[in-house]
Amino acid sequence: MKRRLAAAGLVIGLGASISAQPPPSARDSAPIDVTGYWVSYVTENWRYRMVTPAKGEYRRIPASPAALPLINAWDPAADEKAGNQCKSYGAAAIMNVPGRLHITWQDASTLRIDTDAGTQTRRLRFVATPPNAKPQPASWQGESSAQWTKTAGNEGGSSLRVVTTNMRAGYLRKNGVPYSEKATVTEHFDLAPLDGGGQLLLVNIVVDDPVYLNAPYVTSPHFKKEPDGSKWDPTPCSSTW
Amino acid sequence: MLIDLVTRRTVPVIGLGLLMVLLGAGRASAQFEFTGSWGPIGTEDVQNDSLPVDYLGLALTDEGRARALAYDESQKSMIDRQCQGWGAAYGVIGPFGLVASTQTDPATNRVVSYTIDSWEDWNGLTIWMDGRPRPSQYALHTQEGFTTGKWEGGALAARTTHLKVGGFIRKTGVPLSDQAIIDWRFYRHGDVMTVVMIASDPLYLVEPEIISKSFRLSPRPLDYRTPCVPGYEGREPGDDVPHFAPGQNPFADEFIQFYSLPKDAVLGYRETLYPEYRKKIRATYVPPPPCKEACGQAGNFVRRREN
Repeated sequence: MKRRLAAAGLVIGLGASISAQPPPSARDSAPIDVTGYWVSYVTENWRYRMVTPAKGEYRRIPASPAALPLINAWDPAADEKAGNQCKSYGAAAIMNVPGRLHITWQDASTLRIDTDAGTQTRRLRFVATPPNAKPQPASWQGESSAQWTKTAGNEGGSSLRVVTTNMRAGYLRKNGVPYSEKATVTEHFDLAPLDGGGQLLLVNIVVDDPVYLNAPYVTSPHFKKEPDGSKWDPTPCSSTW
Repeated sequence: MLIDLVTRRTVPVIGLGLLMVLLGAGRASAQFEFTGSWGPIGTEDVQNDSLPVDYLGLALTDEGRARALAYDESQKSMIDRQCQGWGAAYGVIGPFGLVASTQTDPATNRVVSYTIDSWEDWNGLTIWMDGRPRPSQYALHTQEGFTTGKWEGGALAARTTHLKVGGFIRKTGVPLSDQAIIDWRFYRHGDVMTVVMIASDPLYLVEPEIISKSFRLSPRPLDYRTPCVPGYEGREPGDDVPHFAPGQNPFADEFIQFYSLPKDAVLGYRETLYPEYRKKIRATYVPPPPCKEACGQAGNFVRRREN
C-alpha cells in the first residue's frame, strides 16, 4: 500500500511540476521555421506581377460591379500626388509583389516580415489584442493575428495561419483593382523541400472583401530561401511601377 | 527501492501506451482527407491556354526553347495524336478540378493508392502509397508517368518519374523530357487544397517550374470523364507532322505585341523569374494600351486580336 502511495505521489508531483511551467512562447513552440531571407520566384501570374497590366484589366479577379468604376478610373499619377503610392503594397497584395522577404522574430510572440519591395513591415502577432485596447488607425499592413495550426491529424504537419484586418483600402494589382477597408486577408504559410537542400515557402492567400469582390480571391505565391541578405535591395513604393 | 518500484509498476503501462501510439500512428497515416471532388478556383493564371508562344514564368534551356518554338498546335489535329492526352503536369495547368479517390487493400484496409481521375484530354494520376519500389529506368514511360507518395509534414508528398518522351509542361508546346521529375505537394487548409508542382528537367529546364494552384472542396461530385473520340480535323493519315522550322514560327511576336511584354520574358529566360528583372526593365517598359474588351474575370483565356 505504501509503495502504491509513493508511486502515485511521484506521478502527481511530476504532473504538478509540468503544469506549473508557463506555456512556451510562439517563438519557442514554432513547429516550422519560416525565418530568413526569401526571394519571390515568379513562375505564375507573371503578367500581373512583373509588369503593370493594362488599365482596366482585372482578369482572374472576381471583382464586384462596385469595383469597376474604380478600376477604370485608376490614375497612378494622382495616387502618387496624394501620397498613396503604397496602395499596391498593402497586406492583401504585398506577398505577390516581386521582391525579397526578411522574416525574423521581433519578440517571443511577434513574427516580423520586412519586404524590400516598397520597404513594408508586417507584424504577425501571436498574442490576442486585449478587448479594451485602443483601436488603431487603419494602415497598409493592417493588424495581423497569427497562430500555429495543425494542418491535419495528430502527427506532424503544422502551418502558420495569419488573419489580417484593419487595412487601408488598396490595390490587389498594380493597375488599380481595388480592395476595401472591410477586406480580410487569411494566409497559410507552408514549407516544402527543394532538391539540393533548398527550401520553398508557399503562402496561400485568400482575400475576402464584401465591397469590391464577388468571391474570395485566392493566390499562392512562393519564395525560395536565400542563404543571406546580400541581395536585399530596399526600394520605395511606386504607383507608376 | 523507489526507482525499482516505479520501474516495475510503470513499464507495462508505458509499453501499453507505446503500443497504442504505434497503432494510432498507423491509423492516422492519412493526415487529411484527400479524397473528394475539388473544384477549380480559377483566380490564378497558369498560362493554360495562352497564345502559341507564351513561355512566361519558365526557365528554359536553349534546346527547350527551340523545341517549343518548333511546335505547331495543329499536331493535335492528327488523328493519332488527338487522344494522346497531356502529361502529368496538366493536372494543375489544366482548367478542371480534381476528383480524388482511395484504393485500399481489402485484406488489411490499408491505403494502396490515391487516384486523381482523368479528363477528356488528361490521363489522370495514380499515387502509389504502399511503398512499392520505383520501376527500372528502362520500364515503360507514359504520359501519366509513375508516381509514389507519402505523408510528410502534414502534406501529401509525391514524385512522378517515367514520363514519356514528347510530353509537355504547357499546352503551348513547351516540352518535358522523359528524364523529367515532378514533385508534388498537396496541402489542405479547411476546404481549400493547394497543389504545388515542382517540375525539374535536365534537358529542357534551367530551373524547376513551380506551379501552385488551389482547389475548393465541392459540395457536389464532379465528373470530367468524357471519353475522347478522335475525328477528322483536316489532317490526313500519313501527312507530315505540323511544325515550324527554326526562325519561322509566325506567332513568335504575337504575345509580345499583344501585351507589350519583353521578349526575353515571353521566351522563358531564367533571369525573368526574379525581382531583379523587374528593376532591369523599368526604364524601357511601355505599358499596353487600356483594356477595351474581355478585361474581366470571365476571360479565362487570352483573347486573340481580331484581324
